[in-house]
Amino acid sequence: MTHTTLITGRWLRAQYRQPALIAFTLVQPAIWLLLFGQLFRGVVNIPGFGDSSYIAFLTPGIVMMTALMNSGWSGTTFIADMERGVMDRMLASPVSRGGLMAGQLISNATTTVIQTILVFAIGFAAGARYDGGAGGYAITVFAAMLVGTAFGSLSNAVALLTRQDEALIGIFQFVSLPLTFMSSIMIDPRVAPHWVNVAARFNPVDWAALAARQALSAAPDWSSVARHGLYLVAFTLIVGWLSTRAFRTYQRSI
Amino acid sequence: MATDALEAVDLVKTYPAGRKKPRLRALDGLTFSVPEGVVLGLLGPNGAGKSTTVKILTTLSRADSGTARVVGYDVNRSQEQVRRSIGYVPQKSSSDPLATGVENLVLSGRIYGLSRSLAVRRASELLERFELTAVGDRPVKTYSGGMQRKLDVALGLVHRPRVLFLDEPTTGLDPEARAELWNEVGRLSGDEGLTVLLTTHYLEEADWLADQLAIVDHGKVVAEGTPEALKAELRGDSVHVELVSPDTDGLVHRLLSDLPGVGEIVVEGNVLRARVDHGATAVPAVLGALEDKAVPVTAVTVSRPSLDDVYLRYTGRSFRSVEGEAA
Repeated sequence: MTHTTLITGRWLRAQYRQPALIAFTLVQPAIWLLLFGQLFRGVVNIPGFGDSSYIAFLTPGIVMMTALMNSGWSGTTFIADMERGVMDRMLASPVSRGGLMAGQLISNATTTVIQTILVFAIGFAAGARYDGGAGGYAITVFAAMLVGTAFGSLSNAVALLTRQDEALIGIFQFVSLPLTFMSSIMIDPRVAPHWVNVAARFNPVDWAALAARQALSAAPDWSSVARHGLYLVAFTLIVGWLSTRAFRTYQRSI
Repeated sequence: MATDALEAVDLVKTYPAGRKKPRLRALDGLTFSVPEGVVLGLLGPNGAGKSTTVKILTTLSRADSGTARVVGYDVNRSQEQVRRSIGYVPQKSSSDPLATGVENLVLSGRIYGLSRSLAVRRASELLERFELTAVGDRPVKTYSGGMQRKLDVALGLVHRPRVLFLDEPTTGLDPEARAELWNEVGRLSGDEGLTVLLTTHYLEEADWLADQLAIVDHGKVVAEGTPEALKAELRGDSVHVELVSPDTDGLVHRLLSDLPGVGEIVVEGNVLRARVDHGATAVPAVLGALEDKAVPVTAVTVSRPSLDDVYLRYTGRSFRSVEGEAA
């Protein structure tokens, strides 16, 4: 626990020294939100599309997408540590491996919270309104943190296994596109092809988007929120545990 | 009787074949021990197995077979105790470039369980000792190479380890920074019975810093002893002749082999090295023999045995030629 706190402190300090980076990572979701919001405004008129305002439908999806996209970069900090001798020094110290992983992910999660709030602010400015109240927002933030943490720990694991920025980013780009589009992030599943809906059922990003959208709606289906939330928590725990094991694989290779 | 701070017995480590690289036997039965309070220099060319040895002793890597103990703790069975007893200064700089010197030291101290106030005190103590106090509050990325390296050593010492591992501490430093770091490391050895394992491919560095030397070649220790003892084992003087052109047909080698009191002749390109009983009497004979066959010579030097000669003797290659291969 102490180690987790210490490592979290290290990364938070680094982030806080580069506020421009957080600001920079906001440009992308802002563009997604405003561009898609304009481009696809008409989709709500397709028969069967549930929401009446596309921007309101899109915003929770973009929150999850932002969390996913940023988590991919998580591993680059591990690679920077490996390229220097920082990772080796840490691993030769009694620091807990879980703490090394968790500390970095927690600091990432704080960025996710800030970004989620800002994406909502942009969405609000563009006209998105929700009836769900504070609980809905809290669940959305929590789900976004889980998405960021789960895929951040996967990114860290890939970093430990490949030890290359290029490989890490390549793999992540390859994975993040289907995760984004085979989901209800941009389009209501009711108007999407059947196979997309089948794929989305196994997509953790979609679980997060569904849970958030439900929780933000006027009459949430709490059982759906709970079910998808549980899937997400379980997924995060499993990949978190697997990623911590990746330290061993890394140590075997050096 | 002094106990051994470090003990490695018959370490074997093989790296599996990967893309574009064959299976590599990095350690091939490496054995050595270091008594408490001693600075041991592991000397060898790149790829000899020095860093692999350090990684196994610091619990980073695992040997395929063999045993290793650090202050009595087995590196496989008692990782936690080993990690608490050692300081590790990796080959590459091990500080966080975005944090300041103080922040780096305090974080490291706290990881080893120091309270915040103790860690802060220890950090300022170490900064003072390594003459980094003035830059302690600046981010490490603004430090010079020499300053970063001193901070690395300080990071290895935060928790007062019993054994310090220095993996090629001065590689890449300019001569001035190197000399400065040598002074700092030289001062460490007298400290509180600290045992130091230093790997290096600089002969002068080993000669200067190490109490004991182990020469490593192809994953094995090929010679051990104090620098003086190793040098004393070599009788006589070493003669170094620079020829105008390389000895392509082996003529020079044959000529010298015929001379009495001349041995261990090695010709590499246009440099000839040989061991002689008496430098003063051998040089005229060597030059005479070469002149008879009209072999032109640029320079001749006679010297007392150096570590380079020790290395040559045990590995059959001169240190410089090996370095050339590696580079």
